[in-house]
Amino acid sequence: MTASAGKPVLKVQDLCVHYDVQQGGFFRQRVVPLKAVDGISFELQAGETLGIVGESGCGKSTLARALLGLIRPRRGRVLWLGEDLVGLNEKELRKKRKEIQIIFQDPLASLNPRMTVGDIIAEPLWTFYPKIARVQVEERVRGVMKMVGLLPNQINRYPHEFSGGQCQRIGIARALVLNPKLIICDEPVSALDVSIQAQIIDLLRNLQKKLSLSLIFIAHDLAVVKHISDRVMVMYLGRAMEVSSAEHLYRRPRHPYTNALVKAVPIPDPTAPRRQEDLWLRGDMPSPLNPPGGCVFHPRCPHAVKRCELEVPPLRKLPEGDWVACHVAEELDLTIVTDMPQVV
Amino acid sequence: MTEPLLEVKDLQVRFDTPDGEVHAVRGLDFVLEPGESLAIVGESGSGKTQAMIAVLGLLAENGSASGQALFRGQDLMAMKPQELNRHRGRDIAMIFQDPMTSLNPYLSIEQQLVEVCMHHQGLGRREARGHAVEMLRAVRIPDPEQRIKQYPYEFSGGMRQRVMIAMGLICEPAILIADEPTTALDVTVQSQIATLVKEVVTRSNMASILITHDLGVVAGVSEKVLVMYAGEMVEFGTVEDIYARPQHPYTRGLIDSVPRLDRVGNDDLHAIPGNPPNMLSVPEGCSFRERCVHAFDACAEAPALREAWPGHLKRCHLEKAP
Repeated sequence: MTASAGKPVLKVQDLCVHYDVQQGGFFRQRVVPLKAVDGISFELQAGETLGIVGESGCGKSTLARALLGLIRPRRGRVLWLGEDLVGLNEKELRKKRKEIQIIFQDPLASLNPRMTVGDIIAEPLWTFYPKIARVQVEERVRGVMKMVGLLPNQINRYPHEFSGGQCQRIGIARALVLNPKLIICDEPVSALDVSIQAQIIDLLRNLQKKLSLSLIFIAHDLAVVKHISDRVMVMYLGRAMEVSSAEHLYRRPRHPYTNALVKAVPIPDPTAPRRQEDLWLRGDMPSPLNPPGGCVFHPRCPHAVKRCELEVPPLRKLPEGDWVACHVAEELDLTIVTDMPQVV
Repeated sequence: MTEPLLEVKDLQVRFDTPDGEVHAVRGLDFVLEPGESLAIVGESGSGKTQAMIAVLGLLAENGSASGQALFRGQDLMAMKPQELNRHRGRDIAMIFQDPMTSLNPYLSIEQQLVEVCMHHQGLGRREARGHAVEMLRAVRIPDPEQRIKQYPYEFSGGMRQRVMIAMGLICEPAILIADEPTTALDVTVQSQIATLVKEVVTRSNMASILITHDLGVVAGVSEKVLVMYAGEMVEFGTVEDIYARPQHPYTRGLIDSVPRLDRVGNDDLHAIPGNPPNMLSVPEGCSFRERCVHAFDACAEAPALREAWPGHLKRCHLEKAP
């Protein structure tokens, strides 16, 4: 699953999405910008899977919507195959959505209950190829249904007749039907039971390999993200804290926030040593309306120094090839001790 | 041997739905000893939550239950509502999954906590308030004297769940039932809450029942594990045995379905194929048969629960572990 080197398919530069929020009483009303995504940059290679993790409110879903042009960014560029999507009008943007598709978190809510499965999956085809022959559509629909593990004879059923896992398969089929190059998956498995979640993860990974898709996989569950991603971006309060290869991230996190996230994941093994309370993060996540100055993580960071209160750390490249936004990354050793063999 | 704290015998739960009868819990038996921590693990629809709801007499109107739930020898399920009210909250408390919907948004935290105390422990208002503040401090809510005056919306998700835990623990019940207490929370908060529950329960020597779909959470928290599938217990044992020597193919599948952070590489997860059965029409024979890779002829007949070794139960025809 290594990414093919070469030109990135997607290049995001300094992307900022702000929401205007009304604050204050009747006489003192003012508009405050909520910086949901604040200066995110990354590249995605063809056939690569980039995981995006973070807790609720970190801006990961806003980022997904901004990439698709569903929300207008305040600033920044989204270069898709060299072309900036940010400046495009609705009509031009629509054409691009043939190549970039999205899968949503709630499988049932994202399917129209009054349409049959076949119509739901075929809809993107009719939208983009209005003159296409009916036979051709049906053939294609049956083809993708098979690809995602649905029975083609279920084509005339309605979404409510399917379980959550099967509805997510319908969502995946709809995303695949146009042969996209990139699929953005926004928490695609978090509403599913463990055994079904595993099926969907395996399905996405196998489709990705088979069709050499690029994937952006957004989730709050680190173990899930690690399992599917080549590289992972960790977000906190709208900013990227770290972008590392999946193996590095979990073996040796470079950012204290990543470290806290990784160590918070329960290990499904009763014989594993239990973690101590001192690894807890202090306090709650601050309000994005009033983020702390300097490094946004500094009030909760056990390693914060004076500089972290004053200066915003830039996302910078480390010799190992990973990226981190931390002033003191070099001085930290956050190696995760596990029983797993150290593979170099 | 001491008298068991809670003994559930042949618990059956049924729901009348427009589509037909749903037999949600199909004969559940288990014993909870004083101070013991039990996890009930299963996927949505396995009946794990409804079983506990039935024990507390809180089933929805279209639900009916039969069987026995002996709390210190007294059958909770045979009690009148007033009698049962004396036990609920005081002897057995339940924490629900979603802290926002289980707190009353119109009442301050103080009103909600103090009410419980005055009702069950017969304390005066001032005493009850002092007790409530202590409880909030115990679940590590900073500045409890001030925060007790606030309303649920002024708390974050993690803080709300702490309030719920405080409310569950305030009468020092003998049994704390926690239904997916961390599922709605972020990862970093999840581990805090899980550790907190464990700590409080251990300190006051309470028995606990953790209801969850996530085997990962169970490993650090519970001593015994009861795995449910389609309304039945399919396996029961100590947490070490369940992980190291699972005897039922479903348990094995659940363990393999959990992606691991602490393993190198990312092979396929070997998910359990298929979907959980529709509880309106549970298949004949072994209910897991259709999803089981080890199924053979005998599985057409429903397997009985039997001992794999003393204290470890399985509901499977296989002689050897999968």
